[in-house]
Amino acid sequence: MSDTHAQSVAFVRETAIPAAPPPSRERGPIKWMRDNLFSTWLNALLTLAAIYLVYQLAVFALPWILNGLWTTSSLSECRDILQGETGACFAVLTERWNQLLFGFKYPSAFYWRPGLAFILLFIAAAPVLFFDLPRKMLLFTGLYPFLAYWLIWGGPLLAPLTALIGVVAGYLVYARFVKDNFAKGLAAGVVAAVVVWIAGGYLTELLAPNRPILPAVQSRDMGGFMLNLILGTVCVSLSLPIGICLALGRQSNMPIIRIICVVFIEFIRGVPLITLLFVANVVLAYFLPPGTNFDLIIRVIIMITAFASAYIAEVIRGGLAALPKGQYEAGDSLGLDYPQAMRLIILPQALKISIPGIVNVAVGLFKDTTLVSVISMFDLVGMIRGPVLASTEWNGVYWELFSFAALLFFVVCYGISQYSQWLERRLATDHR
Amino acid sequence: MTTVTDPPAESFRLSMLLNDTRYRSLTFQAIALLCLIAFMAWLGWNLIQNLAAAGLDISFGFLGEPSGYDINQRPIPYDSQSSHMRAAIVGMLNTLIVAGLGCITATIFGVIAGVLRLSNNWIVRKLMAVYVEMFRNVPVLIWILIIFSIMSVALPAPSAFRGAEPDSSMLFGLIALTNRGVYVPNAIPGAGAMVVTAVFLLSLVGVWAYRRYATKKLYDTGQLLPMGWPSLVILIVPTLLVWMFFTLGSGTPNRIYVPSDLGGDVSLEEYAAEQGTINLCSVAGEPSMAVAKRRILRAEGATLRSETYPNAQAAAKGFADGNCDMLVLPEEAAASLVGQSAELTTHLRRGGPFELEVPYLAGFNFTDGVQVRGSLIALWFALAVYTGAFIAENVRAGIMAISRGQSEAAAALGLRPRRIMSLVILPQALRVIIPPVISQYLNLTKNSSLAIAVGYMDLTGTLGGITLNQTGRAIESVFLLMLFYLAISLAISGVMNAYNNAVRLKER
Repeated sequence: MSDTHAQSVAFVRETAIPAAPPPSRERGPIKWMRDNLFSTWLNALLTLAAIYLVYQLAVFALPWILNGLWTTSSLSECRDILQGETGACFAVLTERWNQLLFGFKYPSAFYWRPGLAFILLFIAAAPVLFFDLPRKMLLFTGLYPFLAYWLIWGGPLLAPLTALIGVVAGYLVYARFVKDNFAKGLAAGVVAAVVVWIAGGYLTELLAPNRPILPAVQSRDMGGFMLNLILGTVCVSLSLPIGICLALGRQSNMPIIRIICVVFIEFIRGVPLITLLFVANVVLAYFLPPGTNFDLIIRVIIMITAFASAYIAEVIRGGLAALPKGQYEAGDSLGLDYPQAMRLIILPQALKISIPGIVNVAVGLFKDTTLVSVISMFDLVGMIRGPVLASTEWNGVYWELFSFAALLFFVVCYGISQYSQWLERRLATDHR
Repeated sequence: MTTVTDPPAESFRLSMLLNDTRYRSLTFQAIALLCLIAFMAWLGWNLIQNLAAAGLDISFGFLGEPSGYDINQRPIPYDSQSSHMRAAIVGMLNTLIVAGLGCITATIFGVIAGVLRLSNNWIVRKLMAVYVEMFRNVPVLIWILIIFSIMSVALPAPSAFRGAEPDSSMLFGLIALTNRGVYVPNAIPGAGAMVVTAVFLLSLVGVWAYRRYATKKLYDTGQLLPMGWPSLVILIVPTLLVWMFFTLGSGTPNRIYVPSDLGGDVSLEEYAAEQGTINLCSVAGEPSMAVAKRRILRAEGATLRSETYPNAQAAAKGFADGNCDMLVLPEEAAASLVGQSAELTTHLRRGGPFELEVPYLAGFNFTDGVQVRGSLIALWFALAVYTGAFIAENVRAGIMAISRGQSEAAAALGLRPRRIMSLVILPQALRVIIPPVISQYLNLTKNSSLAIAVGYMDLTGTLGGITLNQTGRAIESVFLLMLFYLAISLAISGVMNAYNNAVRLKER
């Protein structure tokens, strides 16, 4: 019996069988597709429909883009070359890019000035946006508004310089007096700044050189995408401090101040921006002292700033309301007075919470700057609808121009919203 | 033993207004109030001086004067002799129309995109993300202009629909997309229209009552009645039956007459082919008219001209006078009115409760049906897709805000997935979703003022546009304009507050 298996060798495996690869349907792209595209029959239908949609879009758009012509001098020439084939006439962009970006009146010899101001904007904004950068860069941020004004508008250097000196003087006086009382410091600072500005204003008029280093450019010559950027940055930066004041006013326990703030905020938020622009265009002049003649661009900046500050105030009020009551009470119990508690405890936290909302408002506001085209200012959309589409060469080039405008806005707004998402992750220090 | 005595009551000193926190806020408020009054007075003084210098005054008298301009979309009767006030009301109604249409469409887009963004289908998820980012990051004005260009440049002219082999044809034979607007059929109420409408409304009430009854039964006895198919049956079946009763059941067909020397024993199609162009006399707003027109338009090689009369007598008289070469009348009206005329062998059906009046090409443009202008469509559609992108984000955030534990707990209790959705997830998610969605509606309404960019005559176009420019009454016009939008905003936020109070979590 025992030799039945005499020839066979006892076998004991000493090593593990190498792991077999998973079945082909459970790995790689096939599994991914089964999970993500064809998990149920409804999903499969959706996938097919989506693929068909993408295919249709590609068939529609790709030839148009790839066949595009970049070097003709007019639409008719472009159509002649295309001979009925699908294709875009991007030549309108190569030919009119300067008008689209800078407006049709800005002297072309000075395009480098707004260009430089635009590049410097990134350097100035960097330390505000990214906290890891050296704090000393904030000095440049402080200088930037005056520098940018001088670059874009030109004129005597003394004007922005006076403004800068006024601000510095005001700050120094404020820093000297704020130690015993915030209100006193603020008042003294404002007085000092105003004194310097008035004195400097006279001085500027006296000393204005006949040929300034950078020749002056009128406000009404600003246009194109530059105008959108100017309105966007100026109005957002101005509306931040005003918005903070309004939010604090609305939270205040002084009834009169609260009512003033509530009425202002709710009124502004209740009407469309267009009506405010109408006010800037046709009504505001009636309410200014007779004889004064503000530029339209200044009037528009005033109204858009009022508009933006109401929205920012609501965002910041949300931040203030989200802070636990204990923070306010902690400030009180430390013996801090109201300005100190706000500056040192409440606002830093409340602003941090409100950053995503503020960025939202900023993006929305930047998009809304296109509305100025309705009151016949020549921003990017105004340039497209006005001078470019009305010109004999390019009458009828809709898609190329509108796509270009949409692309510019998309790049800026998408960039800002990606930044805000990064910042939110970065600031999420509480729990993870 | 020490005796605690009250500190001596301090008498009020002037310096306490600055140094004592009890009184300081009064000082601040007084200063703020004074500043505000001074500022207002300064503005008012400037205004008076400027108005005096320009020889103007503030008066709303211009609202009563004739406007002198036309409006192309008129929900209520209006002509250039109507007052500026009436023009403003037309503008208001147009604003409300586009805002209402936009809100409904934006909700549909937003809910679909928001739900699909959470789908587990990769490609659909990505497509929806592209949709949302694309529309959120580009100004709505640019979208309005792009869609308006599509409507006015890319669509064919009405002449492209002409001829035997036209370049363009109507969608389903019912809708014409042209660069002068979209022409859609108009529904003409006929016999039984009221009854059908009433039955449909009653069915809605019935569905509501049934669902209420079923819920009550479930809560009282635990017995689960089916909800889905009975609701559908209650909704559709009675209306359908009544509709069929009026369409098929009673009544006699419409009769078609032609002049006795032309007609004879031919059918409508033969007659149409013979005549080429048919001049039709009919009674305006009668189903017989719509039925006849559709038959003639379907006939090979026939073109239609139409003359309508207010009643059957007038139509018969017009036909007798030789104004047209075909008359269509309901049978009961026809027999006594038409004398020496031939009758075609084709008898038209009577016409249902609602008969479609289809737009057709006459001359250089489409007539009949309802013309929806390109400006309205551009504004409506652009506002809807733009706001829809924002609503999609709100919907997504609302659904994601419900913690996983909620659906897991519901599953542990043995609820089925659909019931988890309708009983656990949605009631909680809606609480998060609805307030921001309502404020999106508000934004949409305010953005509808961009109508002025495409020439849609909303309130900004009438009162804030032409009226302002014609009368020069800038302050008054802009004031009224703001007042209107402010009223709408306050109304919507009132609704929102009421809703928030209603759904607020009832805490201790």
